[in-house]
Amino acid sequence: MSIAPTIYIEKLQIKFDEIELFNDLTFTIQSGIWTCLLGQSGVGKSTILRAIAGINDGCEHMGDISFSSHNHHVAYMGQEAYLLPWLNILENVMLGSKLRRETADKQAALKMLHQVGLDDVSSLMPAQLSGGMRQRCALARTLLENQNVILMDEPFSALDAVSRHELQMLTYELLKNKTVLLVTHDPLEALRLGKIIYVLEGRPAKVMPPIEISEAAPRMIGDKIIDHYYPILMNKLVNAERISQ
Amino acid sequence: MKLVRMKLFRMIVISAALLGLWQLIILISGVPYYILPTPFAVLLSLRDNYEILIDHAAITFFEIIMGMIIGSIFGCVSALILISFKSARQWLLPIFIISQAIPVFALAPLLVVWLGYGLSSKIAMASLIIYFPVTASFYDGLQQTRKGWLDLAFVMRAKKNTIIQYIQIPAALPALSSGLRVAAAVAPIGAIVGEWVGSSQGLGFLMLHANARMQIDLMFAALLLLAIFAVCFYFIIDKSLRYATAWHHIH
Repeated sequence: MSIAPTIYIEKLQIKFDEIELFNDLTFTIQSGIWTCLLGQSGVGKSTILRAIAGINDGCEHMGDISFSSHNHHVAYMGQEAYLLPWLNILENVMLGSKLRRETADKQAALKMLHQVGLDDVSSLMPAQLSGGMRQRCALARTLLENQNVILMDEPFSALDAVSRHELQMLTYELLKNKTVLLVTHDPLEALRLGKIIYVLEGRPAKVMPPIEISEAAPRMIGDKIIDHYYPILMNKLVNAERISQ
Repeated sequence: MKLVRMKLFRMIVISAALLGLWQLIILISGVPYYILPTPFAVLLSLRDNYEILIDHAAITFFEIIMGMIIGSIFGCVSALILISFKSARQWLLPIFIISQAIPVFALAPLLVVWLGYGLSSKIAMASLIIYFPVTASFYDGLQQTRKGWLDLAFVMRAKKNTIIQYIQIPAALPALSSGLRVAAAVAPIGAIVGEWVGSSQGLGFLMLHANARMQIDLMFAALLLLAIFAVCFYFIIDKSLRYATAWHHIH
């Protein structure tokens, strides 16, 4: 497997219906680590993530998003699992190869399902699963895509506290050494998982100087590291320039 | 199983009550036989004219089924063309909508002139009448595919045709089903109107013919057959659609 790339965002400008979300935004998402992106709702966190994924939301785009490798492909996990309700769990996990008209690797898919702890449900339909299990299925689907860049848009936010905790641990273990960008609302989540934590502020949005945590993740709630950084991060969030919706 | 039996029981009770009401109206109002025959007279007529009725019914049922098939195929293909090609949307959608301002029934005489007195003008009529609800519902369903699914497919580097095949079409099936249910309910109207305008066979023809000769019991017998067929036809279509979109109903 090739090495996970670094992503460079340079002079990014995005306009959405005459609203200037970004004007000259420059920052770097480092290779092979988890980067977290926090900020007020509506500041444009998801927009950056979608811009990196190349999803066209009908907004004006300028500037440059480049990867340090030739492979620009990414995998994406959203707040919802976005499973197709007419396919069973196994078929959902293998969706990517079907959409690209490649032969699906059923063994690999089953292995991924095993890794996320969904051995017995491969023939069930999504509607029969709990929210946490659906998100696990989405994780298995993401893993099977086998990309080095993983973009995650609040993938844990809709889960209950226990499922969220379990899935954070699992996701971190399975996506080690990949370039991960995690958009989140939850400062604790960022402190548990992120190596570098960016906060977006204002409109047009800027990045505040990042917090960098050298201690290994995932960190446990109650860890001294988290206790140490929590006030710093909260302080950043509180002092961030607010936008009026 | 118990539920099915209850349903059947209710249907029998409702039918019996309606027949009772029918008989009661005749008894109370004393309407003459040639205006409203008794249910029993209709049953007798069904038995006496069994062969004629079956011959004509077969024609009408064939027209309805063919109309349903052809109209649905054209409707689905049109919706797929509209969703696949932007230029088709820009050029054809207005025409499609304007064309609906023409009452389809008004075309019936024209269809008879163009396609003759045979089956084809009736099949065309039934197809035309269901074409709009099928196209509109399927196109709506295709258009309203959840953006999250489309984004996911994009990130997975899906091809445009596989997105339509594996995501948009299945996602639109519940919407298409509503269209096909409407179609199943109106297709018989198309066939009958077609027969009224000009034909020498079919239940519609038989009804007009019986009407002119004051054979009101025969007319009712034809109507009864048509009603039974229409209900069964709708029921079968509804059940198959529910089966095909079973995922849509589990919660």
